Amino acid sequence: MTSQADNYQAENYYEPEKNIGEVVLDVRDLRTYLYTRWGITKAVDGLNFQVRAGETLGIVGESGCGKSMTALTLLRLAPKPAARIVSGEIFLDGENILERPENEMRFVRGQKISMILQDPMTSLNPVFTIGNQMVEALGMYYQEEQQRGLRDRAVDILRRMGVAAPERRVMDFPHQMSGGMKQRVVGAMAIAGTPRVLICDEPTTALDVTIQAQYLRLLKQVQAESGVSIIFITHDMGVVAKMCDRALVMYAGRVVEQGDIRTLFKNPSHPYTKALMASVPSMEEKHVDKLYSIEGQPPALFDLPVGCRFANRCEFVTDKCIETYPPSFANEQGHSADCWLLEGQSEWRQVTEAGV
Amino acid sequence: MATEGTVLQLPQRLPWYSVARLRHLTNLIFKEYPVVWLTILFLVLIFPALTADFTAPHDPLKQQLSKRLTPPVWDQTGDKPGTWSNILGTDKQGRDILSRIMHGSRISLMVSLSALAIGGTIGTTLGLVSGYFGRWVDHLIMRVVDTFLALPLILMALVIVAVFGPSFYTAIGVISVLLWSRYTRQIRAEVLSIKALDFVARARVAGCSNLRIIVKHVFPNVVNTLIVLATLQVGTVILLEATLSFLGAGIPRPNPAWGVMVADGRDHIASAWWIAVMPGLAIMFVVLSMNMMGDWLRDKLDPKLRQV
Amino acid sequence: MQRYIIIRLIQSVFTLIGVSIIVFSLARLSGNPLDVLLPDEADDETFIRISELWGLNDPWYIQYFTFVKNASRGEFGPSFKWQGRTAMELVILHLPATLQLASISIGVSVLLAVPIGVMSAVKKGTMLDTVGKLIALLGQSLPSFWLAIVLIWIFAVQLGWFPTSGRGGFSNMVLPAVALGWFSVASFMRLTRSSMLNVLDSEYIKLARIKGLPEWKVVWKHGLKNAAIPPLTVFGAIVVGQMTGSVTIETVFAWPGVGLLALQAVNARDYQVIQAVTMFISVLFIGMNLLIDILYAYIDPRIRFN
Repeated sequence: MTSQADNYQAENYYEPEKNIGEVVLDVRDLRTYLYTRWGITKAVDGLNFQVRAGETLGIVGESGCGKSMTALTLLRLAPKPAARIVSGEIFLDGENILERPENEMRFVRGQKISMILQDPMTSLNPVFTIGNQMVEALGMYYQEEQQRGLRDRAVDILRRMGVAAPERRVMDFPHQMSGGMKQRVVGAMAIAGTPRVLICDEPTTALDVTIQAQYLRLLKQVQAESGVSIIFITHDMGVVAKMCDRALVMYAGRVVEQGDIRTLFKNPSHPYTKALMASVPSMEEKHVDKLYSIEGQPPALFDLPVGCRFANRCEFVTDKCIETYPPSFANEQGHSADCWLLEGQSEWRQVTEAGV
Repeated sequence: MATEGTVLQLPQRLPWYSVARLRHLTNLIFKEYPVVWLTILFLVLIFPALTADFTAPHDPLKQQLSKRLTPPVWDQTGDKPGTWSNILGTDKQGRDILSRIMHGSRISLMVSLSALAIGGTIGTTLGLVSGYFGRWVDHLIMRVVDTFLALPLILMALVIVAVFGPSFYTAIGVISVLLWSRYTRQIRAEVLSIKALDFVARARVAGCSNLRIIVKHVFPNVVNTLIVLATLQVGTVILLEATLSFLGAGIPRPNPAWGVMVADGRDHIASAWWIAVMPGLAIMFVVLSMNMMGDWLRDKLDPKLRQV
Repeated sequence: MQRYIIIRLIQSVFTLIGVSIIVFSLARLSGNPLDVLLPDEADDETFIRISELWGLNDPWYIQYFTFVKNASRGEFGPSFKWQGRTAMELVILHLPATLQLASISIGVSVLLAVPIGVMSAVKKGTMLDTVGKLIALLGQSLPSFWLAIVLIWIFAVQLGWFPTSGRGGFSNMVLPAVALGWFSVASFMRLTRSSMLNVLDSEYIKLARIKGLPEWKVVWKHGLKNAAIPPLTVFGAIVVGQMTGSVTIETVFAWPGVGLLALQAVNARDYQVIQAVTMFISVLFIGMNLLIDILYAYIDPRIRFN
């Protein structure tokens, strides 16, 4: 397991001297449930985390574990009327945005918190030019300026996102661009309002492998220039290692482990995290007959077990795991995990109640 | 994650009377299985069409002038109260409306099924040929389709009937002529996408003849579309036949076609509303349930047809 | 873009040729058309006059060219039923009444159907949506001629709010316009709703919201322009549906338009008038579709540039 972690460190371009500031986003006990006609789906079920200025936080997990729903909830854009935020607080720059009236949310979206969507092919509106779509957004962020000035600004931002010949590109329609270029435009739109927090929901999964690395580097560069905090959603542990300062591991709507990237990779403490890391192919191990994969399926989010949600797939499962949801255990490096295996170990200290 | 449209299993612990279970049941009846629509179709269309000869209370053509313009049974107020022998009343020649509607079901069903069979066969064949062979064949056929779509259909039907005279067979012929182009368009589009798939190329490499490829490899893949299209069109065809009959260009009198009956009742709408209203209701119920059946089938078999 | 328009234009010309062939050959379906098509009371003189006008003694291809030549100048010959008038005159004479009815019913149905369709997609699952769906369902299953009769029965006979038939003031127009527009409201609304639902599900709508656009702009700018494409493609068909639907509606309401003219012409076997009406409506439809194709390219850049 350690060899795996070292392997990530080798190709990591994590910069330890990075300037990380005060807490920008503070999420407490966030729960988003989907009320479908078949029952209640607990897509996000008690999330706690903080993001600091200039920091990159990874959210990792299998598909369907609530990552994307978390992202949409942070923007208060979870699909209505099915989705409801049933509890929690989202402090963005000290303000609980859940208390804002809906029609004032638009001053938060784009300007304080923004998002890059997964699929660049479908996330630009096909019937408007790039320029039109950029200017429309900029017009809301900088109300006093003339149309002309907004267009110059759009060109400028596109250039910052690495779009070649942006003066001509603003006249183009989305279908005239390549996937990588479109994703740069989407990124440009996301940073146009100089948000404090930028959510990237698997921004590179739909791109070519060669473009992926370029795009990630670009995000890093934007972050270094503007000091924006990034929440990076992915299922790829490799990308987490490259991009993030800290990471949350989500499973079935809950955070099962979180911590600093180094400690997380050196010392994964939840069996799910261990399994996730083991399922990434390694460059070092020469003779791999079969890629490790986690047996079984995550539980259906509308019919969750009372105990640990990973219990049915866990190698180390005990009766206690099935009966009671484990509490969080934390160590001194700020690393924490929800697992009964950590109970009684000297460096781990229980921080929450069991069975919540 | 639960997405709308997927049937998830209901948690077993809920009691049968819970809201979730009742809603589950209504969903099953209306959305998962179209029980209501099938029942209406059976009662108004299929059952009478098959059995009108011995289940209809009266001869649909027998005139009884003494009973003329009897209102439906629930209307007891006028000087001529409704009777149980003519539940839905009688028309101005004293013919029983219920019996006429029941016999009319057979006409509607026969005309629509025959026209669909003929129009569908022609349309599908041309669509297969057009899509499979492409090039000038495709261009030619598609221009013909465009031409037919550009013609004012009801007017053309009127002209054809004016030339040949109204009859059961003319009605079927006219409606088939009006129908085929829709099939050709849809099937052609379908074939174009199927043609690009590997198994067609493989069949060609294996030396199959064009005819064999079309019949054995392409056609089975458009059957679902065909079924959905046909079901969705039964309603349209019934409406078309009724409209033609109403204008005197469909089924000739004194046959009890629904459109003819509405036309008969038109002049008496002020004094005897039931003559026109009753057959119209029959048309409405049948077309409505047919459309619902079509929607249901489409969702089950061929969701991509949604825009049609 | 130019290439696209030129291709469409050429296709339209082919369609026009097809229509003319069909209209031409319909009259010749059974031997000498004059035997079938002339009214019984037509005398020998008309017989010879028409024979010459149509060039019935020539081979068929020359006959066809004569037909096309005359048709292109709007000459379809004199009417039999309405003595002293040419077929084209009659069509032009009856056109305003039909256009008035059709434009009002199309206008009202677009004005009704688009907002209701959009709102019922936006407010999916609410009362509004249910009502919208109900209207759409009924609209597609109610026979328009029956609806017309029922409307007369309820609103003209029982309530006495509107006249039963004829053309006159505004009150004369209400019932026919409703009966004629009912179907198109339903099909427009259904199409708008379903395409709007697809669009609202899309990522670019999500992105528009993420950018912080106000909701009305998300729906009516980003949503509607994309959602308008499928309803637009059937607009031409619906307009022609109104023209042919006017045959039944105008008959029921005795509305003196082209539809009524056509039915009377068919009943009187006045084939000159029938040809004129058919060609006229077809040309209208083809022109309409050409216009829509251009409009379509204007809305959807993917077509404009390919």
